[in-house]
Amino acid sequence: MSGVPDTARTPGQPLMRIKDLAKTFSLKGGLFGGETDRVHAVDGVSFDLIKGETLGLVGESGCGKSTTGRCLLRLIEPSAGEVWFEGRDVLRMGGRELAALRRDMQIIFQDPFASLNPRMTVGAIIGEALIIHGLTPTKRAFEDRIIELLETVGLGADHVRRYPHEFSGGQRQRIGIARALAVSPKLIVCDEPVSALDVSIQAQVINLLEDLQTKFGLTYIFIAHDLSVVEHISTRVAVMYLGRIVEIATARDLYTQPLHPYTEALLSAVPIPDPTAKRQRIPLTGDVPSPIRRPTGCHFHTRCPIRKMPLCASEDPKLKPAGPNGHMVACHLRG
Amino acid sequence: MVGSTLASPTAEIARPQPVSLAYEAWRRFRRHRLAVVSSVVLLAIILAVLLGPTFWTVPINEIDFTARLKAPSAKHPLGTDDLGQDLLARMLYGGRISLAVGLAAMVVAILVGTVVGAIAGMSRGSIDAALMWVTDLFLALPQLPLLLLIIYLFRDSLKSIAGPEAGIFILIVAIIGGFRWMPAARLVRAQFFSLREKEFVEAARALGASTTRQVVRHILPNSFGPLVVAATIDVAAAIVFESTLSFLGLGFPPDIPTWGRLLFDAKDYLDIAPHWALFPGAAIFVVVLTISFIGDGLRDALDPRKVI
Repeated sequence: MSGVPDTARTPGQPLMRIKDLAKTFSLKGGLFGGETDRVHAVDGVSFDLIKGETLGLVGESGCGKSTTGRCLLRLIEPSAGEVWFEGRDVLRMGGRELAALRRDMQIIFQDPFASLNPRMTVGAIIGEALIIHGLTPTKRAFEDRIIELLETVGLGADHVRRYPHEFSGGQRQRIGIARALAVSPKLIVCDEPVSALDVSIQAQVINLLEDLQTKFGLTYIFIAHDLSVVEHISTRVAVMYLGRIVEIATARDLYTQPLHPYTEALLSAVPIPDPTAKRQRIPLTGDVPSPIRRPTGCHFHTRCPIRKMPLCASEDPKLKPAGPNGHMVACHLRG
Repeated sequence: MVGSTLASPTAEIARPQPVSLAYEAWRRFRRHRLAVVSSVVLLAIILAVLLGPTFWTVPINEIDFTARLKAPSAKHPLGTDDLGQDLLARMLYGGRISLAVGLAAMVVAILVGTVVGAIAGMSRGSIDAALMWVTDLFLALPQLPLLLLIIYLFRDSLKSIAGPEAGIFILIVAIIGGFRWMPAARLVRAQFFSLREKEFVEAARALGASTTRQVVRHILPNSFGPLVVAATIDVAAAIVFESTLSFLGLGFPPDIPTWGRLLFDAKDYLDIAPHWALFPGAAIFVVVLTISFIGDGLRDALDPRKVI
């Protein structure tokens, strides 16, 4: 009922199960510094993650994609909901369990210039996890492992003693990937890993991520706002709007048969690399509503081209099955 | 790309030549010419005040009324004061105390400020608020009346524990450090606020780094630049502050000629014996300037982003 897809119909075992995840941030102000408002960044997100898949998470800026990713890793403490990883309750974990969890889940960041400590050598950056978790017993093994990781991401042993500023954006992103791989994780949250890169470098990094997935059996949550990149890499795609998942389907279904009007509008905005191609654009008017004062009912009804009042403004649509292969949509009028 | 798992055992990976970080920093520091020159000058001054009195054996308190307020000469290279005492001897002796007070008080101020600022910067909410409240309180306190109180309360007991000079030294360093840590604390706190949200710190957290590790390895090294600048300013301020204390009769006894004390004694004779104020003033000036340049050089040498 809460919108968790029926895993019996999808192949593979769920690696992770997220249920009604929510995160609100307090806005403090006023005379006595009390809470004046709340930002609802993530608002009841539920999905299953199947081992070995890549789940694309798309949506406009500020829709809660990155917050969702960080909540799963507990880099941000969620306000409510459940996160289960291989049958373990992530949100109830204490110090030691959480430390062990860090070896299973890692993150790759968007900005390769902010995500590497400028005062540490590449070797120290990649080796930090090895030290924290005591993964390499000898100095020799430590150095060999760092070089192995560098070579896995297409860099070389001669880079160990260099500093991050000596590298290009793409190379820095590779260093970030090597750092995440150091603990041999099962899940990697990729938070817009190619958004800050040139298009030609984007392809290289995407290919590297795909190679690594095959080689190490990784599961990805791939956060992005570039729909063509997501289509290429994802097994399934979830579309987020104002803190909620509005549609989730296999990449193929979502791109060929989008159900939610927001998904349709997003897809119609993807540029087609063919000047003669014609298609109908679905322009959305207005801005995304504020996550502080959210619209009633369906969050999207203020901009929806097919809304039906008063239903859409009064009742909250639940994410419900709407097609084959676990296709789900949260819309009163579709599905 | 080399397959990492299939590499044959005979194919030895070319290991990079290990270069120690300290050596690398030293190599970079040497490129900063002003800093190197400053280090040499400061070292010379330190050596002079440490070893000088063994070569220039004129007593610091030999009163000679026939040679009052004499300009520099062969007999008195830096001239004499109103009692005919040799200024070179007095400056060499007083320099030890001034330099020691300046450096020690700086270390105390920066240490206390860094610890307070780091704790406030890493904790949110009430601990941060309480620490900043204490910081503001210290900034708002009327310093001189409080100084009087502290010194009258503790001078005699410290003198009896650590001896007259060491007792006063400890007291003065503690007081100057205790009244000068607030700017450093605010600086460090502000740096921590901005740095702790940076993605590389988040990455460290995602890797399971403890709070201590995040602070020591990631946040503190990156807040080093502004801290060095604050430290160099603190040395200068401590030397001058010590002279204020001496002037008020709260510091070292009047017969101990610290540089600040010499300056204050000289101020009434500026028009007839300018050399008296000039030399201690110049000494403070040169020390502060060299420390500031050394700080610049250190900051650049320890920042790998700077290409030097």
